[in-house]
Amino acid sequence: MSRIQDTFRRLKTENRKALVGFVTAGDPDGPRSFEIVSAMCAAGLDILELGVPFSDPTADGPVIQRASARSLAGGTRLQDVLAVTARLRQDSDVPIILFSYYNPIFVYGLTRFYADAVAAGADGVLVVDLPPEESDEMTTRWPGQDLALIRLVAPTTPDERMARIAASASGFLYLVSMTGVTGSGGLDFGAIGRHADKLRALANLPVCVGFGISTTDDVAAVAAAADGVVIGSAFERLIEEHLGREDLAAILADRVRQYKAATVGAKQQGSSGTRAPEKPA
Amino acid sequence: MNAEPTAGTLPDDHGHFGPYGGRYVAETLMPALLELETAYRQITPKPGFQKELAALLTHYAGRPTPLYAAKRLSDHVGGARIYLKREDLAHTGAHKINNTLGQGLLAHWMGKRKLIAETGAGQHGVATATTAALFGMQCHIFMGIEDIRRQAPNVQRMKLLGAEVVAVDAGTGTLKDAMNEAMRSWVTRVRDTFYVIGSVAGPHPYPAMVRDFQQVIGIEARRQILEAAGRLPDLLVACVGGGSNAMGLFYPFVDDDIAMVGVEAAGSGIATGKHAATLTAGSVGVLHGSKSYLLQDENGQIKEAHSISAGLDYPGVGPEHALFKDTGRVRYASITDTEALAAFKTLSRLEGIIPALESAHALAYAMAEARRHAANEIILVNLSGRGDKDLDIVSDRLQKEPKPS
Ligand SMILES: Cc1ncc(COP(=O)(O)O)c(C=O)c1O
Repeated sequence: MSRIQDTFRRLKTENRKALVGFVTAGDPDGPRSFEIVSAMCAAGLDILELGVPFSDPTADGPVIQRASARSLAGGTRLQDVLAVTARLRQDSDVPIILFSYYNPIFVYGLTRFYADAVAAGADGVLVVDLPPEESDEMTTRWPGQDLALIRLVAPTTPDERMARIAASASGFLYLVSMTGVTGSGGLDFGAIGRHADKLRALANLPVCVGFGISTTDDVAAVAAAADGVVIGSAFERLIEEHLGREDLAAILADRVRQYKAATVGAKQQGSSGTRAPEKPA
Repeated sequence: MNAEPTAGTLPDDHGHFGPYGGRYVAETLMPALLELETAYRQITPKPGFQKELAALLTHYAGRPTPLYAAKRLSDHVGGARIYLKREDLAHTGAHKINNTLGQGLLAHWMGKRKLIAETGAGQHGVATATTAALFGMQCHIFMGIEDIRRQAPNVQRMKLLGAEVVAVDAGTGTLKDAMNEAMRSWVTRVRDTFYVIGSVAGPHPYPAMVRDFQQVIGIEARRQILEAAGRLPDLLVACVGGGSNAMGLFYPFVDDDIAMVGVEAAGSGIATGKHAATLTAGSVGVLHGSKSYLLQDENGQIKEAHSISAGLDYPGVGPEHALFKDTGRVRYASITDTEALAAFKTLSRLEGIIPALESAHALAYAMAEARRHAANEIILVNLSGRGDKDLDIVSDRLQKEPKPS
């Protein structure tokens, strides 16, 4: 977990915001997926969210649904995602967050999951369909505190609930940019800025914003309002559009560098009054 | 019965039925579920709400539905007497209207003007579209492409009623995929849209709320059988997809000393793996917002269900049924496609009642069971719907396998 804190501390001294990348493990297949995530980390990704594929991803739009389906067609299991984590950890200190629906973890076994995830070198887990109301059943079976449970806050989350979520969270907070599934269009940077400010005032944790962020302009605008920018569908779309390419990993790494350039020089966290310019998505 | 009577006490404040139920949804939906729960607790008990709902059930849906003593069927089978609770005679042709009128009226009281719903057989979709028309609301129905194909008459009905039918081609194009898409749509429109879930499944408060709205089946049946036979039945039988018609019949009898059997779809046979018998052959997991039994592989990926009946073709089941299975209060059995088809034909010929393929599963089980019971015993079957929607698929199948034995 300290890898997450160290990362945000370092970014602060560098006057940069975190670039958080989501890709589904095993997409488009095991070997190429490993090449992709290694190359993305080497290209300067600050935090990796490694998706565990699920047959019924109800919070995801078509792009991540298809990524999940490609990965499952190759037989990817939770233990394979943990193996990827362990292999990446051999030569990278990039914080790794496992991103999953609850059922694969529940069926794997909650205590076993904790032990294996920590042993593999994962730093946190984000369980999309496990709200605070239900998450005790998982965390009470965790024998230690070496895995951060990343919490989601949505635009629909009322203030008082936001405060409760912020108080129980660890690692960082994931602010959903819009009411919608992953990969939707229609970012409202003004609203994102207001939500992020409110959440940061409540929490002692960095706030990362995700869902629907795809261009370098989006990244710059969100970086001005939050501590980190999460990109998922845009990476997955890139994979999908270049499935046959030998240099698939290099294409993803290039995109990481482009996004990362857009996080440099973004305004410091806490300098309130910064409002991102309205930009077309 | 040695099982704990659970009527009236469950779910707990967080929607748990013992280890089952709960609210396993993305944060975006949590505030909407909490709002719905508050509305459900505060609005539905109000005398004004109850009065309006009762009037709709009587004058619009045609309740009470009859309890019919199926004499020719009972004579033919031999053994226990079979009574049919005629939900097929409710407006729109199935029990689903009880629930959609309840949820639609709640949406109306909450000031929501848009309804969305998932549908498998199309009966819940038709009932929701009907309710939307009645209240002057906008309506989107999510339906898998395979179900659109096999339940075409219901698609036409929904369109005629003014609903937009959204074709879902993900996965197997059946009920599970329709529900996935309805949940995605709800995430996007959650601020002004009411999601009408069609069974005792999904996140809290749906399993409890749908049970409440469907209980009218059992409340009426209890009174009617006492009038007709002077005593309670020995056995209740209902088919189980998500479990709403079964829960609606069973719940008012839970504290009585009466056997209950929920009948799942065995498809081509449990041993073939091509079935929808979640409680019979599934394991515990989390899908569509609640913890219950599921059809899944050893990695927690959901498996496809298979049944000739679109309304039973679902790899999950309501959480309270999971609890009833564990406590033994209800027994769960299964009936194959072939057995259901035979019952479908038998009831049509002997009683002039064409049942829904879903209901034919309950009927097939009850007929087999009746033979093992004495003539003074009573089996009460929930005839959850009528079979007009199934004529194409039945004639297709009967041509392919002319002799279901
Ligand atoms: C006539 C009929 N019976 C039963 C069902 C199964 O649903 P449930 O188990 O919720 O009653 C359906 C679902 O579409 C149906 O149309």
